[in-house]
Amino acid sequence: MNVDGKLEVTGLSDVGRKRSHNEDSIASDTGIGLTVLADGMGGYRAGEVASAMAVNAIMEEVRDGLKLLKKHGDVDEESGFARESLLVREAVMRANETIHKAAISQPQCQGMGTTVVTAMFYDDRMTIAHVGDSRLYRLRSNNFEQITVDHSLLQELIDKGFYTPEEAKHSLNKNLVTRAMGIEGTVVPDVVEEAVLPGDIYLLCSDGLTDMVEDEEIHLTLEKNSNNLDDVAAELVRIANENGGKDNISVLLARALKPFPSSKRSWFSRFYDWFS
Amino acid sequence: MPASLILSLNSSVLGEFPLNEERITLGRKPENDIQVDNLAVSGQHAAIITILSDSFLEDLDSTNGTFVNGRLVKKHALKNGDTISIGKHELKYVNDEASTEDNFEKTMVIRPGMAGHAAAAAKVHTAAASGKPFEAAVEGALPLGKIQVLSGPGAGKELELRKALITLGRPGVQVAVITRRPQGYFITHVEGSQPIVNGQSIGAQAHSLKDHDVVELAGVKMEFFVMGSSS
Repeated sequence: MNVDGKLEVTGLSDVGRKRSHNEDSIASDTGIGLTVLADGMGGYRAGEVASAMAVNAIMEEVRDGLKLLKKHGDVDEESGFARESLLVREAVMRANETIHKAAISQPQCQGMGTTVVTAMFYDDRMTIAHVGDSRLYRLRSNNFEQITVDHSLLQELIDKGFYTPEEAKHSLNKNLVTRAMGIEGTVVPDVVEEAVLPGDIYLLCSDGLTDMVEDEEIHLTLEKNSNNLDDVAAELVRIANENGGKDNISVLLARALKPFPSSKRSWFSRFYDWFS
Repeated sequence: MPASLILSLNSSVLGEFPLNEERITLGRKPENDIQVDNLAVSGQHAAIITILSDSFLEDLDSTNGTFVNGRLVKKHALKNGDTISIGKHELKYVNDEASTEDNFEKTMVIRPGMAGHAAAAAKVHTAAASGKPFEAAVEGALPLGKIQVLSGPGAGKELELRKALITLGRPGVQVAVITRRPQGYFITHVEGSQPIVNGQSIGAQAHSLKDHDVVELAGVKMEFFVMGSSS
């Protein structure tokens, strides 16, 4: 849905200090409440082709799909997901097919792939979908929290108990993802829904940020510059570069300025009361 | 050269074993890749999983335990020079090619489940050399949860948590949402004071719900259950 004036969005993508070109792609459109970030991989310039394809395909697919949606925030009984979530999931899966087809049919695109993280805002809620190790964080009243869980070898090793999260910071297996777009004909994104409150700030980012800057420092940077999202983006990129800038750094920031219910009453006031 | 384990007893070297298989087992029985014939060693004592240039040690519920540098471990990420002790035998882990801090290689794709301890027969493949299909993250594999009201006029009432996002409480008083994530159910504060789970305020962070957790919200007590598989 259109969240103009209710959601403030800004983004920045930087090549970093070691790579010759930027393989990340970002896009956002408050007219449909959508933000997308992708971190491409693959030889020559195929990585940037893959990430751009992911971002463009998802944007386009969601834009088209929303036209067919009669009401925002309707829940599909069978899956338990809002229609918007199903749309975003479908868009990610179709984008995967598009990238995969290009990767197997065009020699210069062979083996390309990309991560993706996307957030769609509607009806005081959001849908988050991701594949790979690009992340979404939420800052809500001084609490900074990672919502997505990486599809990475490192995360698997943490889940299996070989590493504590603390040890993992110093681990060397940082760049192995267990799910990516374009590698296979099908991919299953993780899809979650969250309530959105006015004042919330969401950060979508590539691992060029999170490998270079500790969560705590990202949190402090957000709080310190929270009156200006452009400053937050610039500052996060600056710190990542100062710490080495070993990979491309991309950030998308979204702040909920005011409620955006799809009808007069807020979404949670319509659905609250099964036990009262 | 792959990493290797150097087996010794009382400082005399008994053999060197390259870690050139994804999973290498260690134990008293002959079917192990590294056989250590000593009664202090369990039949199947430990396994070493190697992924690219890194290796991980896992004790297979051995009777006498596995120690690394004198510390009892269940699971351990091996570092060059680590000494593994099982009974009186020692295995030194040698890995000259361990990736270094500065080795920021290009991102690669690997099949999920590589860190699995049992039948991790998967092969690493880079984005350029993909072959086998990804193990699909099975949807609906997440067990369904439900909550049952324990107190107040609605006591006994139940709600299956089928929706991705469920709101509980009374607007203007106290509201929380329960979200269904691939990792399970999480409860997050939305409005009013913070919800209480098992007698403790959960704070502003999303809080993972476990089977039989008791949630207090807007003066109502309720219990969270994990049901069997949803389908």
